Amino acid sequence: MRVALLVTCINDAMYPDTGKAVVTLLRRLGVEVDFPTAQTCCAQPMVNTGYLDEAVPVVRTFVDAFAGYDAIVTPSGSCAGSARHQHSIVARRSGDPGLVAAVAETGPRTYELSEFLVDVLGVTDVGAYFPHRVTYHPTCHSLRMLGVGDRPRQLLEKVRGLTLVDLPQAEECCGFGGTFAVKNADTSVAMGSDKARHVRETGAEMVAAGDNSCLMHIGGLLSRERSGVRTVHLAEILAATEDTESRSGGPAVGARAGDLA
Amino acid sequence: MTGTFVGMPAFPEAARAALGDTQLRHNLAHATKTIRDKRARVVAEVEDWEELRIAGAAVKEAALRDLATHLEQLEASLVAGGATVHWARDAAEACEIVAQVARSHGVDEVVKVKSMATQEIGLNEVLEAEGIAAWETDLAELIVQLGDDLPSHILVPAIHRNRAEIREIFRRRMADVGRPAPDDLTDEPAVLAAAARAHLREKFLRAKVGVSGANFAVAETGTLVVVESEGNGRMCLTLPEVLVSVVGIEKVVPTWRDLDPLLRLLPRSSTGERMNPYTSTWTGVTPGDGPQEVHVVLLDNGRTNALADDVGRQALRCIRCSACLNVCPVYERVGGHAYGSVYPGPIGAILNPLLNGVSDEQTASLPYASSLCGACFEVCPVLIDIPSVLVDLRAQVVDSHRGDTVPKPEAAAMKAAAWTFSDSRRLGWAETASGLAGRVLGRFGRTTLPGGRRAAGRLPGPASAWTSARDLPAPPAESFRAWWKRTDGGRR
Repeated sequence: MRVALLVTCINDAMYPDTGKAVVTLLRRLGVEVDFPTAQTCCAQPMVNTGYLDEAVPVVRTFVDAFAGYDAIVTPSGSCAGSARHQHSIVARRSGDPGLVAAVAETGPRTYELSEFLVDVLGVTDVGAYFPHRVTYHPTCHSLRMLGVGDRPRQLLEKVRGLTLVDLPQAEECCGFGGTFAVKNADTSVAMGSDKARHVRETGAEMVAAGDNSCLMHIGGLLSRERSGVRTVHLAEILAATEDTESRSGGPAVGARAGDLA
Repeated sequence: MTGTFVGMPAFPEAARAALGDTQLRHNLAHATKTIRDKRARVVAEVEDWEELRIAGAAVKEAALRDLATHLEQLEASLVAGGATVHWARDAAEACEIVAQVARSHGVDEVVKVKSMATQEIGLNEVLEAEGIAAWETDLAELIVQLGDDLPSHILVPAIHRNRAEIREIFRRRMADVGRPAPDDLTDEPAVLAAAARAHLREKFLRAKVGVSGANFAVAETGTLVVVESEGNGRMCLTLPEVLVSVVGIEKVVPTWRDLDPLLRLLPRSSTGERMNPYTSTWTGVTPGDGPQEVHVVLLDNGRTNALADDVGRQALRCIRCSACLNVCPVYERVGGHAYGSVYPGPIGAILNPLLNGVSDEQTASLPYASSLCGACFEVCPVLIDIPSVLVDLRAQVVDSHRGDTVPKPEAAAMKAAAWTFSDSRRLGWAETASGLAGRVLGRFGRTTLPGGRRAAGRLPGPASAWTSARDLPAPPAESFRAWWKRTDGGRR
């Protein structure tokens, strides 16, 4: 099985440790993952803001980069949803039957990380160790667009040392919403503040999710509130082991679980 | 007297004002949670709920697919039943028809059943200008009307008001338009309802003309259907001598059988009840029983525009249950007025642009009034994929500006992003630049995210939209792409 990592533009530019964590995790599970360097972005920022013409060359870049892979794995429910549910809209708009055919190939082969682990690899215990008190926020696109269900939870429950605390009103949107976060910043912040309050009510050290975009928003609020609660991507928890945890010297961020270099 | 949505600012601005109203946010959070929980409980009781949703959507979709045929059959059945059928292209035509019926009977007042179609066309304001008072008889509509207020919810238009405010409105205004509120009025719901009941009874018994909408119109028999909770509708539909019903053309269903899934879906989705207390059906004129002169105004007012929209036409399946409002995290925080329409919330964010087009700035802001979280689609009893329609309407907004001589900053930014994302080398350059910016921030920035990562605090310019309330991590010095290249995917 040829497996490609769709790292996503936000992880590439802002959260490289999440990408490294996916590589570490999949290698540990015996999957040699490739990073097609021609990849850029899934085009969701353009599509969801209404710029379909602008999205066409970006989707073209996507299908060219990922052509021929059996599985495209991504640490993002939102970007997986974009590839599976929105690329066809962009392709139809382009009027190019070649692009329509290409997205019909790449779309169904795109998996959010927890889907790939549970459904394709058939594992829930990935051998992770993460001795922290964590609450989990199911992001809207993973929950409602992809329907990942309780897969992330199945994975987290098998992580040794981890205490999983329930998040009140977990399924309510955090208010990120892509360009919504700036086009309707006041509403976005009002939603995010409630999410941050619920996170703080749990007493967790960290809030985890499968999308760093949502975590950037929630974490930005938690930071501004000086809450001391940090964010962590699901992939970084699953990649962590006794070894990486002892090296990181406690719950500090940055070069930790995913740091291979 | 009623307020007006005309001249409302675009959604972001209206939302900002609403968000500053802490009492409003408290009222909304409490009320939406109550209805949401009620709905969830009664929906969970129905084992085949998903099948029922599919059936409901199919019924409406089939009716829309052959709308012209069903409408003609409806007209023929109505006429055969003794009703007079009018066709109205737009709000002005519809209002004029109702006004003319009222004028022909020389009345200066009509009693109204709660109806979204008559709200949509601004009927009360038109009648008022003609010297005809249109009394709202639904309790919540009465509260809105007495308060010179605007509806903020499809089902519970006074959802933004609390009990104390309602008591105050009744005390202050009821005397101006009829029987005053009793002196010992408290804010107990039962006491408030009793005051409204006494106030309205005089109007029910006096009015010669009733005005309604309809939840459904059955083509095969020419039967209109109104579902309600309070019984005020039944009064308006049976006591007056004349009845005028304004019915959107999308309300038609071919047969009585089609009502089956819809009448099961609506109350559970809407009020969270297993069955609504009152379901009234009437077929034209029944000699000696109820109104002896029955008019039906079949209203387009943009519906054929929506029908012609391949993606958006599914919005015409809407049965006005308002479940999408109650689960919407945006609606819960900003309330209904910010949408600038009698149709607020997720359904309003698609219905208004579909009916009216996206040429004015306020309507064009509505498709963006959503984080696309999908909670609305999840509860919609007729499976309207609101997020997909929102995205499609956003594209229509953007496309309507493609000819602008001076592109908006957003359009320029999206073009630049598309250029960057069309070639991985360009993205690599951009990441190198952001990495340098990250180093600068790392050196000079004083904000640190929990866990230790450097962050940008408050930034000026467009970035302030993010950083006025949220810290932003400083970009890492090395992107994933650069790391992969430098280490051969971590192997070196």
